Amino acid sequence: MSKLASTIGLEVHVQLKTRSKMFCACATAFGAPPNTQVCPVCLGYPGAMPVMNGEAVRLTVLTGLMLGCTIPPRAKFDRKSYFYPDMPKNYQISQYDMPLCLGGGVEIEAGGRTRTVRLTRIHLEEDVAKNMHFETTSGVDFNRAGVPLMEIVTEPDLHSPEEAMAFLLALKQMLLYVGVSDCNLEQGNVRCDVNASVAAPGDPLGVKTEIKNMNTFKGVFHALGYEIGRQIAVLEAGGRIVQETRRWDVDAGVTASMRTKENEHDYRYFPEPDLAPVELDAALVEGWRRGLPEAPRERRQRMVRAYGIPDYDAGVLAADRPVADFFEAAARGSKNPKAVSNWIMTEMLRLLSERETDIRNVPVAPRALARLVEMVDAGTLNSNKAKEVFAVLFEQGGDPDRIVGERGLAQVSDEAAIEGMVDKVVRENEKSAADYRNGKQAALQFLVGQVMRLSRGKANPSMAAELLRKRLG
Amino acid sequence: MDVKSLTLTGAGELLARGDCTSVELVTAVADAIRRTDAAIGAYLTVDEESALSQARAADEARAAGRMGRLLGLPVAVKDVLNVRGQPCTCASRILQGYLSPYDATAVARLRAEGAVMLGRTNMDEFAMGSSTENSAFHPTRNPHAADHVAGGSSGGSAAAVAAGEALAAIGTDTGGSIRQPASFCGCVGLKPSYGRVSRYGLTAFASSLDQIGPMTRSVRDAALLLEVMAGRDPMDSTAVDAAVPPYAARLREDLRGVRLGRPREYFVDGMSAEVAAAVDAATRRCRDLGAEIVEVSLPHTEYAVAAYYIIATAEASANLARFDGVRYGFRAAGATDPIDMYGKTRAQGFGAEVKRRIILGTYVLSSGYYDAYYLSAQKMRTLIRRDFDAAFERCDALLTPVTPTTAFRLGEKTSDPLAMYLGDIFTVTANLAGICGLSVPCGADAGGLPIGLQILGPAFGEEVVLSVGHAFERSRA
Repeated sequence: MSKLASTIGLEVHVQLKTRSKMFCACATAFGAPPNTQVCPVCLGYPGAMPVMNGEAVRLTVLTGLMLGCTIPPRAKFDRKSYFYPDMPKNYQISQYDMPLCLGGGVEIEAGGRTRTVRLTRIHLEEDVAKNMHFETTSGVDFNRAGVPLMEIVTEPDLHSPEEAMAFLLALKQMLLYVGVSDCNLEQGNVRCDVNASVAAPGDPLGVKTEIKNMNTFKGVFHALGYEIGRQIAVLEAGGRIVQETRRWDVDAGVTASMRTKENEHDYRYFPEPDLAPVELDAALVEGWRRGLPEAPRERRQRMVRAYGIPDYDAGVLAADRPVADFFEAAARGSKNPKAVSNWIMTEMLRLLSERETDIRNVPVAPRALARLVEMVDAGTLNSNKAKEVFAVLFEQGGDPDRIVGERGLAQVSDEAAIEGMVDKVVRENEKSAADYRNGKQAALQFLVGQVMRLSRGKANPSMAAELLRKRLG
Repeated sequence: MDVKSLTLTGAGELLARGDCTSVELVTAVADAIRRTDAAIGAYLTVDEESALSQARAADEARAAGRMGRLLGLPVAVKDVLNVRGQPCTCASRILQGYLSPYDATAVARLRAEGAVMLGRTNMDEFAMGSSTENSAFHPTRNPHAADHVAGGSSGGSAAAVAAGEALAAIGTDTGGSIRQPASFCGCVGLKPSYGRVSRYGLTAFASSLDQIGPMTRSVRDAALLLEVMAGRDPMDSTAVDAAVPPYAARLREDLRGVRLGRPREYFVDGMSAEVAAAVDAATRRCRDLGAEIVEVSLPHTEYAVAAYYIIATAEASANLARFDGVRYGFRAAGATDPIDMYGKTRAQGFGAEVKRRIILGTYVLSSGYYDAYYLSAQKMRTLIRRDFDAAFERCDALLTPVTPTTAFRLGEKTSDPLAMYLGDIFTVTANLAGICGLSVPCGADAGGLPIGLQILGPAFGEEVVLSVGHAFERSRA
């Protein structure tokens, strides 16, 4: 038997960032006490009717435009019927054969090369409620019922759990870029179903299984790893794969059968008679397209050209839209964009990750960072003191000149003052001075360090080294 | 005070002149209900105390100089519409214990004009039926002959109006449920065009067919109630944003310049000769009033009942899925898990006709059958709509019978659902096409059972339909 290869397709459900629900005016905020964001519509009361949230349609179409989808002029909603306690109406309003977005793709980098994972479609639907199980009873929290949910469906274009992970990360980056979702996995903003099959290369696709409702990317990665291994083992042992729906047991690290094909739901889709079809005016869609943000890849390339920074830097910065925004705001007014990039990639990202916060939440202003770089380049501030200033900016914001002034951090570049210190250091460290004279280069570093100590860190270190060399030369 | 033949408009004039108060009016209607409803069964609930307090408030408002097109006038409401704080059983056990947390838009608009919510009328369970025998609680009898049905599904509303137990009532019409009982009971019933009245708060049977409409003692009253209820509604995106004309003020008394069509497919073999004769006489009378009568054809009429029962049951199968015992209403005891609970709750909570239609609707939407049934029915619906478009190129409105026969006997058709469905042949077409239709009394059979004239008009052609009905009604007075 030749080596079996896997084929994977994903369905990614993304909660959209709208203030109100998909078909009623209830709030969507996460974490409210159970059943406090509900009304007759999202509770499925008799006589209640859905009214479409136009903003959810706009956000879905924006996503489609960002991902290169075709936006058909006409879309519609359909009813998808099945009974479950988390379904207020026992049908979900979704989109069956006329979704808002068709085609498109997401570029991923995997195995050292870049390629496009094709999308089948993106459609819009309403989220379901959340079942909660207690010791002897169960409850249903309908706050989530009716939250706008966008479903992004891929073609079976992925071939390993690593590729699936790369796709999810790239997709998340795009969604954050276009600002349609917070993509907060802890709050269940993103949930995935995956389809996987294995077959020998060149053979038709194998029988697939579906693993439902995973709410972490790591879960998708491990579930796929397990499931592909399981399918290969079954086939290699001479068995057959059964078409079925499985679930991922995080604790046990295995997938387990939920239901086989014969027991699959017949969703009995039919057009939602309570909602008119969605007519998308070409001029309106074109207007939305013009308002799209630059995609991460384009931005990376442009930043290399515009600021002369290395491609690697541009990639790191462009990965996160607010970080890239910050960089550009600082770099535009700077003579040294590479230094600005260095500060962001090292100090800024380190502090942000330590504090688990977002660049938009810290008080440091882009022009303050640009000024800091300028002061270092002008020799007004040495790099150690500059880090101190940056730490202050990160915590409190403010003006670097004032911080340097108030804290007396300005670099001493006065030749006479440093010469005095050099004399004192040489006097007090005769042995090191002698070592240097005898060719021991490391002794110079020690002596520079002594000058710095004497100046409480403010001496211009290169000037100190230069004067020491002159003095001992 | 005799309320037996008082119209809503007439009662409004009494109130305006100060000849009576709303409290007196409501008391008189409540007395009539007490006297006669045991024999008729038009109502499911009457909240006299609440009605009287609303009437007192209306009298006070009038004394304070506030106005309202329905100020102090009692209206009965079919038990399928949500009225805040009241039950809304849909004549089903499955909604036992449910109290509406909100007003239907149509109800809110009646209230805003000062109407008094008097009671809730009987109906076929979830509006599924043509006789009100499918009510889970009791049938409604025809006020003209107690062993005959009142029609359905708005049989309670029609009987209440005909028996003097209401000045006017609100019904709903999915395939004839306003027009057929109005015809059987001898009152006026208007099914507005689809989208004319907001459906928000109407417990859905078939969402693409349902409409709320008035059932009254005069065409003018129907015009008045439509005026109040019609218009766009942000809560119902199928409610059309079209201007609401002052229907009552625009009623005409002659029909000069009006062209009326007589569709040949609506005069079929097997229909009652008395019904045909009454409709023919009514048609002649309209000609005498100045109308020109033209023959038209609606060639796809014979497929309408089949298309209707596919579309209506398909939509119903989804609409009624929400009655599951989880959030409100009846929940069966002794279930072992959620699926078992659904099964037991729905088995015990729904009646036979509702179950039959849910099963039919589930079947026609099933994978593998969708194209053969649902899709074909939708295509037929388009053809039926085009039939009407073509007919209304040639005339302003159509004159037809409402039903092939007058009211049948209680129990006569309960064992033969198909015969019951076929009785809807002249009414379902208007719902499929989304057009408007009015039923106006035009005579009686030898047994004294009323016969109705159906006036069908194009979508949003209520003004024409009401004018024809009004002129015809006046000519008989």
